Amino acid sequence: MRRALVPVLAALLALAPLVPMAGMKQYVLHVMIQILIWSFIGGAWSLMGRFGLVSLGHGAFLGLGAYATVLLWNFWAWSPWLGGAVAVVLTAILAAVVAYPCSRFQVVGHYFGLVTLAVGEVIRLLIIAERDWTGGSLGVSLKPVGSDSLWALQFADKRVFYYGALALWLAGLWVWHRVDRSMARSAMEAIGEDETAAASVGIHVTRFKIAITVLSAALTAVGGVAYAQYIAYVNPDTLAGIGVSLRIVFAVVLGGMYSLLGPAVGAALTIALSEWLRIAFGLKLIGMAETIYGFLLVVFIIFLPAGIVGSAGGLLRGGARYGPPHPPDARRAPA
Amino acid sequence: MIDPIFLAEAAVNGVLLGGVLALLALGLNLIFGVIDIVWIAYVDLVMLCMYLVYFLVQVYGWPVWAGGLAAVALGAALGIAVHLLIISPILGSAPINQLLATGGLLFFLQSFATFLWTTDHRSVRLSLPSYDLGGIFLPLTRVIPFAISILALVALYLFLTRTFVGTAIRAVSQDREAMGLMGANPHRIYLVTSAVGGLMAGLAGALLIFLYSVHPFFGGQLGPLTFMICVLGGLGNMVGAFVASFIMSEIISIAGVLWSTEMGYVIAFVVFIVMIFVRPGGILARRG
Repeated sequence: MRRALVPVLAALLALAPLVPMAGMKQYVLHVMIQILIWSFIGGAWSLMGRFGLVSLGHGAFLGLGAYATVLLWNFWAWSPWLGGAVAVVLTAILAAVVAYPCSRFQVVGHYFGLVTLAVGEVIRLLIIAERDWTGGSLGVSLKPVGSDSLWALQFADKRVFYYGALALWLAGLWVWHRVDRSMARSAMEAIGEDETAAASVGIHVTRFKIAITVLSAALTAVGGVAYAQYIAYVNPDTLAGIGVSLRIVFAVVLGGMYSLLGPAVGAALTIALSEWLRIAFGLKLIGMAETIYGFLLVVFIIFLPAGIVGSAGGLLRGGARYGPPHPPDARRAPA
Repeated sequence: MIDPIFLAEAAVNGVLLGGVLALLALGLNLIFGVIDIVWIAYVDLVMLCMYLVYFLVQVYGWPVWAGGLAAVALGAALGIAVHLLIISPILGSAPINQLLATGGLLFFLQSFATFLWTTDHRSVRLSLPSYDLGGIFLPLTRVIPFAISILALVALYLFLTRTFVGTAIRAVSQDREAMGLMGANPHRIYLVTSAVGGLMAGLAGALLIFLYSVHPFFGGQLGPLTFMICVLGGLGNMVGAFVASFIMSEIISIAGVLWSTEMGYVIAFVVFIVMIFVRPGGILARRG
């Protein structure tokens, strides 16, 4: 039954744009596109997060991916296909530059989180500082071509983006599944528990850590490119820095970071919640929606520590399949 | 070429800012070192205390010292509340959950402040004289917060080294299992630590309101910097955090004059990233 879950879900989602929803259609599609893109990004984050590499700086990868693509298009008219590829390569290089010393010097746990947080802030501040071409904190809009164009990846019809985001999300699930089934998973779990022991049985610790970080960062950059193309506007506060990095982590941890659909459940829940609150409050009581959102996040984290999918799976199955094999002990920091 | 007098003034401003940063960093570092949890929302608690001083002094006309004391009391109360309501239920959870719980608090406080007080920038300006030292301006509005910070840091040092509770706090930060075996109650120590950490936040808030204007996103301005200082100094290493505060504030202050404010922060963060690779145990750690 589990095997059938993803194809059935994908088929249902693929049919969604065909459902008549009257005037709500554009808005529902918009929310679903966002959910799919952020699920993909959350899945990319969880590739690292599940092995105890808790990054608080994925905003850096997201922002670099999105900004590089948009700027290459705006200034030199590079197609997002090409610009996006360049952006992903740049992001992969950044990730490798961060990951290499982190694994060489055994920067783990809190320290790893704070180093990545610093990287995220550096990217955000660089975007703000280079305001001549990035637009600073006002952000920058994607130059419109005026008509539908596959070359420019701009479409007036939301359905195109919807199917694109769906395909992206499925591809993300496939990567997640491949990693889950690979030798790398066992190796990374061993490293997450005890690096020295893992190294002593012949696991190349540095190589595995860099590989998983680069993979996670590159996919995050792809998500950033997709998001920028869809929204057609990039802003340092929504795409880089600590705020967005925390939101990614929140969605994943809420959903459950050790399961295939956890990030998607988390993203769907957090986005649906914030959209619902936004509509419920409208322009009255500015800030109240976000206040309730933050409050609920704290409550969820306290009462559902294994995430929604993790906790539900635990209830149904006695926790045999879901959850970390052993709680990753990320508290040990180098003395 | 920039006039050296500007550089000298930037350096002096860096020192004056460093004192207040040290207050923040030591408060957070205490919690970090003892409870082993990163309070992502620490500077947002400071933000609340800044608002309190603003309203008491600017709106209700309280004397400055009374407003400051109220902020210190609020800080301590917030520290206790955060520990009892958020931290203690999840002491046994994975570190990421602990971190995210205070991250949720960050969203909550930022939005709640927006809701209550809108995003307007508010500040309390005192008109105090400035001294001119050979071309370098020394405004008393900066010198007094610096002096109070240093006094508070000395008081913290004496508390941690000369009192029984302070010694117990240091003992827990060195080895929490052993302290339990010795019959000490770590939960009481955690509570005291959170209260002291909150108190430092309150004091920092009472001083910062005279230097910066407060707005709901103030935490994002100094928060990441405060974490960096803690790690740069070495977790639980008070002297290290003190030194690191001045290093960071000098970098920000001088690079801010030579280049731009953002680049000052960028350079400070890059220095942090490099330092963590070179000296993972903090700047003052012995190489082992």
